[in-house]
Amino acid sequence: MLLVEDLRVELGEKVILQHIDLEIEPGETHVLFGPNGSGKTSLLMTIMGYPQYKVTHGKIVFRDQDITQMPINERALLGIGMSYQRPPTIHGLKTRQMVKICAKGEMNEETLAERVNFKDFLDRDVNAGFSGGEIKRSELLQLMAQNPDLMLFDEPESGVDMENIHLVGRSIAALLQKDLSPDEAKTKMQKKLERTKMGLIITHTGYILDYVAADKGQVLFNGMLSCVTNPREILNCIGQNGYEECVRCIA
Amino acid sequence: MYSVDEFREKATMAKDKKAAIGPDINLDEFETAPVPHDYMADEQLCELPQEDQQRLIMAGLDVTKKDRGGTFFQKDTSVIHCHSQQEGIEVIPIRKALEQDWIRDYYWKLVAVDADKYTAAAELGLHDGYVIRALPGSTSVYPIQACLYLDKDGLQQNVHNIIIAEENSELHIITGCATSPHLKKGAHVGISEFYVKKNAKLSFTMIHNWAEDMVVRPRSVAQVEEGGLFLNNYICMKPVRSLQMYPTTHLVGKDAVARFYSIIVGSPGSEYDLGGRVFLKNKGNRAEIVARTISNGGKIIARGHLIGEVSEIKAHLECRGLLLNGGIIHAIPELEGHADGVEMSHEAAVGKIAQEEIAYLMSRGLSEDEATATIVRGFLSVDIPGLPPQLKAEIDRAIEESDKDMM
Repeated sequence: MLLVEDLRVELGEKVILQHIDLEIEPGETHVLFGPNGSGKTSLLMTIMGYPQYKVTHGKIVFRDQDITQMPINERALLGIGMSYQRPPTIHGLKTRQMVKICAKGEMNEETLAERVNFKDFLDRDVNAGFSGGEIKRSELLQLMAQNPDLMLFDEPESGVDMENIHLVGRSIAALLQKDLSPDEAKTKMQKKLERTKMGLIITHTGYILDYVAADKGQVLFNGMLSCVTNPREILNCIGQNGYEECVRCIA
Repeated sequence: MYSVDEFREKATMAKDKKAAIGPDINLDEFETAPVPHDYMADEQLCELPQEDQQRLIMAGLDVTKKDRGGTFFQKDTSVIHCHSQQEGIEVIPIRKALEQDWIRDYYWKLVAVDADKYTAAAELGLHDGYVIRALPGSTSVYPIQACLYLDKDGLQQNVHNIIIAEENSELHIITGCATSPHLKKGAHVGISEFYVKKNAKLSFTMIHNWAEDMVVRPRSVAQVEEGGLFLNNYICMKPVRSLQMYPTTHLVGKDAVARFYSIIVGSPGSEYDLGGRVFLKNKGNRAEIVARTISNGGKIIARGHLIGEVSEIKAHLECRGLLLNGGIIHAIPELEGHADGVEMSHEAAVGKIAQEEIAYLMSRGLSEDEATATIVRGFLSVDIPGLPPQLKAEIDRAIEESDKDMM
């Protein structure tokens, strides 16, 4: 499980997150809402371990280990993975090689790529000239190869066209083990209890909720979390009253 | 047409003439007296000490001659092996070629003999060099390998090469310059004249493996006729005291194309001043100059100069430099349009590896060092269109080898 306790984060001289408490149990997926600039991406980057996001108070615990000061790659090896909104282009590194790096030779990149309709891009440089939707599929492909236990998704549906949104939605559901259907041996409830994968998804539109039955939703506003409840309810509330209502809650 | 005497006369006049760019070299510090070596048969080549063979392989010369269409091997001042095993492809030492009249149509026809003291030295004290010629319509299935090797400490090697791809021919050359492991100091002066005739295709891949106290002054000019393609790749990832070259290409025929790709790693104490210049003189000409430079502490001046003389030409210059452990990279891209309707562009960037890229790869499980190495390898891997797979493999091998040294 992931446990974030009273976290305060600074970027440069500025406090960008404070009093953040978050708990994601194995098998749970959380959705993070919040207006632009509220600190959602910063929270994900802090959990992933980007050193410029300096934790000045509180701690992050993952799988019973305090990872607050752990380097990015060690967090990755411990089972944290991220799907970026705007990842950098790496010239000369083919997407195929990148997927191999992620899979550590354990999975075939062609088979994986087929699942997200990305085979034609395997021999192109990572993210070079990719459209918004292509970046999302490339990120998903890398996560599929990495197969982490905790997945951080930064707006996985933004820029994805209607044709591919099903594909992206279903793939995320599969990664988070949200696609388990009951069979003869086990009931739906039993399957649910067996779920181990954890997810934290940033979304503006909530489209992803059509594919991933998220367990909890939260709103991040001005660097503070509020409103731990059913994600659909939050989405409806934001739709009707805007983020204004969140200010009142936090106040 | 100049007579032999006229070349000598002009060269004599220019023997103290400093080059237009690059640090001046005092050539008096070097010896030029011929160093005789025996001619070697195939099997003798394979008996060379393992250490020497390794140096040669790094410079693209495979003594087993597997997947090679022909071999030219000059050690110091003497040609010790010269052979073509492909019909329609000739490989001849230039001193021998100069005994015939036809070569006079090509000798000093593109490079001016009095350009500077180095061209003059190559005329006044010519040791040898190669003439490689693909006859009309012939195709080199395997690349021809040519190696200029320096073994004697303190020697100044003067060579002159002429490469001719006749009409409708296809010729691939991999040429290496290397020094023996014990050599410390030396000079290499190399003149190259390239003739790419109508609809011919010539790829020339040069791999340099010099020693720390070597000075190197190549002087090359190419001429490409209608529909011809000249592909010039240059790789230098080993230390050298001073290397300066500015190869020039004249696209004279309609639809002629030139592409230059260079990969340079600058070691501490080394100074490189290099680039490419292309004159686009006819409709439909295309040119591309791509340079990837890494400084590990050395000084690199990366030049590029495109001159569009007529409309309907297209040219692009790309120069990217990465500073890893200090050092200097100075990119000098130049574009010159002399007519309406030229289409020319350049992009140049010098900097360090973006921290964002390292972090991205680390979040996929790589350590910081592994991530850096992966980015550097990617930076150096340039997709070169039109290169046969053997040559591509050769370039990859050279990059991989020096990658090991660098990291």
